[in-house]
Amino acid sequence: MQLSKEDVKKISSLCRIRLSEAEVEKFQKELSTVLDYVSELQQVDTEGVEEISQVTGLSNVYREDEPQQPKISDEIIEIFPESQDRLLKIKSIL
Amino acid sequence: MELSYLSISELHEKLVKKEVSAKELAEYFIAKIHKHNSTLNAFLTMSEEQALQEAAVVDAKIAEGKEIGILEGIPYAAKDLFCTKGVRTTASSKILENYIPPYDATTVINNKTAGAIMLGKTNLDEFAHGSSTETSAYGPSHNPWDTSRIPGGSSGGSAAAVAAGLAPYALATETGGSIRQPASLCGICGWKPTYGRVSRYGVIAMTSSNDSPGILGLSVKDLAITAEMMAGYDSKDSTTANKEVPEYTKNLRTDLKGLRIGVPKEYFIEGMEPGVEKRIYEAIEELRKLGAEVTEVSLPLTKYGSLVYAIVTPSEISSNLARFDGIRYGHRSPEAKDLLDIYEMSREEGFGDEAKRRIMTGTYALSAGYYDAYYLKAQKVRRLLVNEFANVFNEVDALVCASSPNVAPKIGTAKDNPLFGYIADQLNIPGSMAGLPALSIPCGFGAADDGTQMPVGLQIIGPQWGEQTIFDVGHAYQQSTDWHKKFPKQFSE
Repeated sequence: MQLSKEDVKKISSLCRIRLSEAEVEKFQKELSTVLDYVSELQQVDTEGVEEISQVTGLSNVYREDEPQQPKISDEIIEIFPESQDRLLKIKSIL
Repeated sequence: MELSYLSISELHEKLVKKEVSAKELAEYFIAKIHKHNSTLNAFLTMSEEQALQEAAVVDAKIAEGKEIGILEGIPYAAKDLFCTKGVRTTASSKILENYIPPYDATTVINNKTAGAIMLGKTNLDEFAHGSSTETSAYGPSHNPWDTSRIPGGSSGGSAAAVAAGLAPYALATETGGSIRQPASLCGICGWKPTYGRVSRYGVIAMTSSNDSPGILGLSVKDLAITAEMMAGYDSKDSTTANKEVPEYTKNLRTDLKGLRIGVPKEYFIEGMEPGVEKRIYEAIEELRKLGAEVTEVSLPLTKYGSLVYAIVTPSEISSNLARFDGIRYGHRSPEAKDLLDIYEMSREEGFGDEAKRRIMTGTYALSAGYYDAYYLKAQKVRRLLVNEFANVFNEVDALVCASSPNVAPKIGTAKDNPLFGYIADQLNIPGSMAGLPALSIPCGFGAADDGTQMPVGLQIIGPQWGEQTIFDVGHAYQQSTDWHKKFPKQFSE
């Protein structure tokens, strides 16, 4: 499965990584290698097979809907790259 | 006093008999780490001050004549994927170069509660993406048996630390080989738990449906001791099982009469090194002598394991690494002019090649139009793998095979080879996809391409929740063999 440069650019935009031109070319080759490698999977007959996403058999593990006190707010705010008055500071969205 | 390579029980004895203090024990390993880390690059961050404070607490307890637990005062290393409060945690990535977690992983709390002493954080493949520790943004770690070779990965730093006698045990994680393969390549013991046996809370996520925090250590008995401490239900990880943790250590068997062992023929792959193959057959013979009934079994879907993994893993990675966006923590690009810049440039600057590769592969596999062909298909084949293992465990109690088809290759082998990990871990991945527990234990040496004798690992796979069975097989083997007592000369003097 060969990816085009446009495919790679689209992927990089979706996953928010700004690749250089050299990287686009490099990853175009490498991703195509991986996709070739997995293409053999199509050979396996999965007619009527339900997918499995996790093997524990657990589902919908709930806790009581009771609010709890935050314990480490200060420590979290401490590691914000930029902050002001206990608020996270980022570039404007508008 | 030579304290390296002593078992947890032996160290515990010394503490109880006051032959050594917890402070001296910590200082001994800290000194040894300082002596050898420039050669091995096993540790990225030390936590000496914290270690000595914790050791002092244990010593005070001993001085008061109080009884101490088996792990109290025992030093250990933690793979730099475990969040450790106040101690830098990087996941071996530049994007977390200065990240200091505001909390401890549940498993780290388990170690603290047991009184164990953390020496520092060890090197790994960046975000655990790899099987050689070469994708680390801080340089590769080196195999203590031959420092021109890889220690394996992704838990290479932890494996190198234990194999070089720098720590009695180390925390590690496995998603598809990252405990078993480095254990095999470094000639030490590794335990990958049943998925859901050990809490993932606070362990930086890679493949949420597979990640299994475990242990690298010097003997199966030590793995059993630490397993009792690591395992258990955690309300903060809703994939942990509400199942009691057995007394693994107390229950250990030394004979295998009546135990049925299956040898899967598909695991003797073409291209397996002859030295590895010979050691595995010799080990199997040893298990027969211990009373096990050994039969050949067949797992025809084995070769598809790595393919399933190559889709599912990057897909989950693309989700899990979306949080590294330069907003709340981690690297934020200083050149960013607007919000999109923050995202795209921080991630471009902070992630290494393999992380980018996997994020992009996953993004593609999950994107509209491709989801069915890739991710959905892979998860269907995964169910077939789960069923295949479940069926075979109706016939046998454990499976035995090689942990890795080869001994440690030279550093540089994995470079820019996007398939390296998938091929290196092909004997580990199928079991991982099914969430099964497994061990790797040393079973001898095999010749590398240039004739250097390097460690070979025996893999023991159990059914879901079958920790006791695999510990039994491994422990019995270690009563009649001493491969696990062989250590690299360079670090055992």
